[in-house]
Amino acid sequence: MAQTYRSQLVDPLVDNNPITLQVLGICSALAVTSSMQVAFVMSIAVTLVTAFSSMFISMLRNQIPSSIRIIVQMVIIASLVILVDQVLKAFAYEISKTLSVFVGLIITNCIVMGRAEAFAMKNPPVASFIDGAGNGLGYGLLLMIVAFFRELFGAGSLFGVTVLETVNNGGWYVPNGMLLLPPSAFFVIGLLIWGIRTWKPAQVEEREYKIQTVEAH
Amino acid sequence: MSDTNEQKGMIRRFLDAPPDSVGKTVFVAVALCLVASMVVSAAAVALRPIQEENKLRDKRINVLQVAGVYDENVPVAEAFADFEPHVLDLSSGAYSDQFEIETFDALAASDDPAIVRALDEDPAGLGGQMQAYRMIYLLRDEAGDLDKVVLPIEGYGLWSTLYGFIALEENGNDIFGLQFYQHGETPGLGAEVDNPRWKSLWNGKKLFTEEGQLAITVAKAAPPAGQDYHVDALAGATLTSVGVDNLVKFWMGQAGYGTFLERLQAGEID
Repeated sequence: MAQTYRSQLVDPLVDNNPITLQVLGICSALAVTSSMQVAFVMSIAVTLVTAFSSMFISMLRNQIPSSIRIIVQMVIIASLVILVDQVLKAFAYEISKTLSVFVGLIITNCIVMGRAEAFAMKNPPVASFIDGAGNGLGYGLLLMIVAFFRELFGAGSLFGVTVLETVNNGGWYVPNGMLLLPPSAFFVIGLLIWGIRTWKPAQVEEREYKIQTVEAH
Repeated sequence: MSDTNEQKGMIRRFLDAPPDSVGKTVFVAVALCLVASMVVSAAAVALRPIQEENKLRDKRINVLQVAGVYDENVPVAEAFADFEPHVLDLSSGAYSDQFEIETFDALAASDDPAIVRALDEDPAGLGGQMQAYRMIYLLRDEAGDLDKVVLPIEGYGLWSTLYGFIALEENGNDIFGLQFYQHGETPGLGAEVDNPRWKSLWNGKKLFTEEGQLAITVAKAAPPAGQDYHVDALAGATLTSVGVDNLVKFWMGQAGYGTFLERLQAGEID
């Protein structure tokens, strides 16, 4: 195998990050990054779901009829997500309250589907598990970075602990309310993609079109 | 079904069969659904008692907090035992002995037809119906006199129904506290209903003017009745504030606890 387990785990963190390079899973990255605690739990949940769904799908890969393979993948992913949701409600009630619908939305996270379809259908279970975990962690890493900026400047706190005393609480910091709204994650993610591609120019995509210079006749 | 070639060594033959045959497609679909549904329902059933307990605990903590008697070091069940639960009939404003206290919450949660009443006007956004019986909690002081009344309230904000409690002093007019235990408002904006500073604004406000008019208002500017009836709206969360304003007015009005509050003010409740 060309890839070692280690590279499968580490590559998706920066070199092949599902959000900044593959630009997948943006929808949930917008929704759950307004506070770090929520982003953290979401990262763990997504990592577990991608890892295990990839593993189960890979175990069944030779038996899944190609005509219904997407549905089969969805059923496996959805069951795992419900499992995560139930466990959170039982053992981390406070956090499950703040996450509310977003756990359920892991089902629609393109990263989970993407890894199942692109990797797990063609590779053995252990490799798929590690690939899934790596991509989940890559997603989680980016989520945490985005949440760091959004929570710090939007609410003046980190993990719910006040860092910048906001005016609402009698402090001096006027929070930037826009950062708490989903569109701001677009700006933060966009800036991160810019930053990463400046650092690693190999990630810059080729243009799909060329601007022709018109020759004067 | 291609059952002719599956007579012997069925499992082996089945695994070797091409995944795209009709029989296998159907089998995989059915088997997967069965396994997945069993896993999901097993988890749901096994974890339900813990989840219910979490919910109950959370609700009780909120009753304790809104009445200002929450102490992290005292077990919730023990502190909660100081409260006296009653099922209240909203239309008569009197206690009802139609329901068992222990089973009432479950009935209310399932919107049992015996409890629910249809609403013509629905300013609090309750979905066209309300519970005509509510579980309320009384707290007594050391002499055994009525000290506080905790009433459940709910209504629609911007994205979600807010569920909470309001605690009133024994005169049925002074607000001691208000807080929500479940909502899905925007973190940092509407979810600032959970901000302790905002919640503390409710303390000491009054519901009714001396003429008996319901005057409590959540708004940017004070109502004509004066500062005693004004809770500042949340900055950046106009619609959530309007929702809270509506729901408090609804539940404190005649359709809600109005009759009960009249009796409380008249000293008929003890």
